[in-house]
Amino acid sequence: MQNQALWSGSRKFQKLKESVVTRILLFCAGVSVLTTVGINLILFLESFWFFKEISVSEFLLSTNWAPLFEPRHFGVIPLVTGTLSVAFGALFVALPMGLGIAVFLSEYASPKLRAVVKPMLEILAGIPSVVYGYFALTTITPFLRSISESVEVFNAASAAIVVGIMVLPTIASICDDTMTAVPKSLREGAFALGAKKFEVVSQVVVPAALSGILASFILAFSRAIGETMAVTLAAGATPQVTLNPFEGIQTMTAYIAQVSMGDTPHGSIEYQSIFAVGLLLFLMTLVMNLMSQYIVKRFARRYE
Amino acid sequence: MSSEYVLETKDLSLSYGDNQVVNNVSVGFKEKAVTALIGPSGCGKSTLLRTFNRMNDFIDVFSHSGEVLFRGKDIYNSPLDVTDFRRNVGMVFQKPNPFSSSIKKNITWGPKINGYQGDFDELVETSLKKASLWNEVKDKLNSSGLDLSGGQQQRLCIARAIAMDPSVILMDEPCSALDPQSTAAIEKLITELQENYTIIIVTHNMQQAARISEDTAFMYEGDLVEVGETSQLFSSPEHKLTQDYIGGRFG
Repeated sequence: MQNQALWSGSRKFQKLKESVVTRILLFCAGVSVLTTVGINLILFLESFWFFKEISVSEFLLSTNWAPLFEPRHFGVIPLVTGTLSVAFGALFVALPMGLGIAVFLSEYASPKLRAVVKPMLEILAGIPSVVYGYFALTTITPFLRSISESVEVFNAASAAIVVGIMVLPTIASICDDTMTAVPKSLREGAFALGAKKFEVVSQVVVPAALSGILASFILAFSRAIGETMAVTLAAGATPQVTLNPFEGIQTMTAYIAQVSMGDTPHGSIEYQSIFAVGLLLFLMTLVMNLMSQYIVKRFARRYE
Repeated sequence: MSSEYVLETKDLSLSYGDNQVVNNVSVGFKEKAVTALIGPSGCGKSTLLRTFNRMNDFIDVFSHSGEVLFRGKDIYNSPLDVTDFRRNVGMVFQKPNPFSSSIKKNITWGPKINGYQGDFDELVETSLKKASLWNEVKDKLNSSGLDLSGGQQQRLCIARAIAMDPSVILMDEPCSALDPQSTAAIEKLITELQENYTIIIVTHNMQQAARISEDTAFMYEGDLVEVGETSQLFSSPEHKLTQDYIGGRFG
């Protein structure tokens, strides 16, 4: 810039633009932080009022959940077991199938087939959960009932199957991505030793992608725990501890939805109970997320 | 005459789609000798190397014409199982690519899936010794292969190939990702290995080719320009192209 005349002097406008952009971006980041803090604050605050009347030990340890009728009981265990049975049932459906889809897509499918199947799979993730709920109610449940008379209209199995289908894209997509990211050289190294395709896939590619695979399982599990609409429709509203997947149960989210849609007076104990349940749910998914982060770090392989 | 060579190509042309990258190459590789494939980038030497264990099979558009003979048998046209065939031909890649498991399992995996009946501990020890890695890793056989240095990883990959007891070992620029010291270690190792194995090595490093190989083949734009004894080829090349390349005038 030896010839000053050819260059604009202080570039005031650009400097202003820079500072405005920085502020806007900061605001965007701030909104997400504030929302999180706000939600947690309210969760803790309302739960605090709830736990002033119901002891934490009664809430966590007793097995009778009857918050809406006299005599009231606030033992959360039936909701937790209901939630977990749906979540584990969903994983039982989604893990093998999701991993199978991922292995097929990343290792076996031709690029053409992959270009068709992968978008289809992602469409599955875009279907509203209320649609899944009615799918469970009008298709899966009647199917289960056609196998055995003893299956109730609202049952945990139907909800688990449909939630399994819902989390399938999560598992398949993440597993596919991590397996596709396994370096080609590693596969070639295995093939050069005279390995057959499935030996390479199951003993080299899958172990190398383990961190992503485990993380997808946990992510799917915490999504299954948090799923509301489909389980409310399919699993019913019968809070009970049962090992029979063909009976109705109630999940934590379904209870929250039930109370929110009813005419429960603001500030009453049953109103506050949904915050206590929500807090517990939040803590459960928080632990899952922390675990998934730990696993990703612990099992991450260093490839260049 | 074919008995002189372990591996031999006859009028071999290789293509990716419509793009022919190797043209009518006929070349033989002597048993228990090191042959270097040299030439500028894109001359087809790596593609040629990768046909010797049919690694190009994974590329959809790859096609070939001509013959690749392993001990007189065409590896593309005779009814052979390609995974069984690959047991005879080990490969060491440009970048070290150990599996994400222990040093020991890196060695035993290949033999295990191929039904090796012998003693695995012994196999690990002899393979690592042959790859001059035993003394450095004997106390940590159960730690991850990825914890080793780059040079050690590459020697682990060589040990892994040796464990399969192949007759041919293909090396695709095995030192290009390594520092000079590790390179020297690998070169020394290659010289030792040629007593028992036929080695074909692709290299960009002409000094390396001169140091370690018995024969050298020079390729240019898909053609095999010249092949012969390394000392001969480097001291008095027949073709002007070869002379220019080894003289550092291009490439």
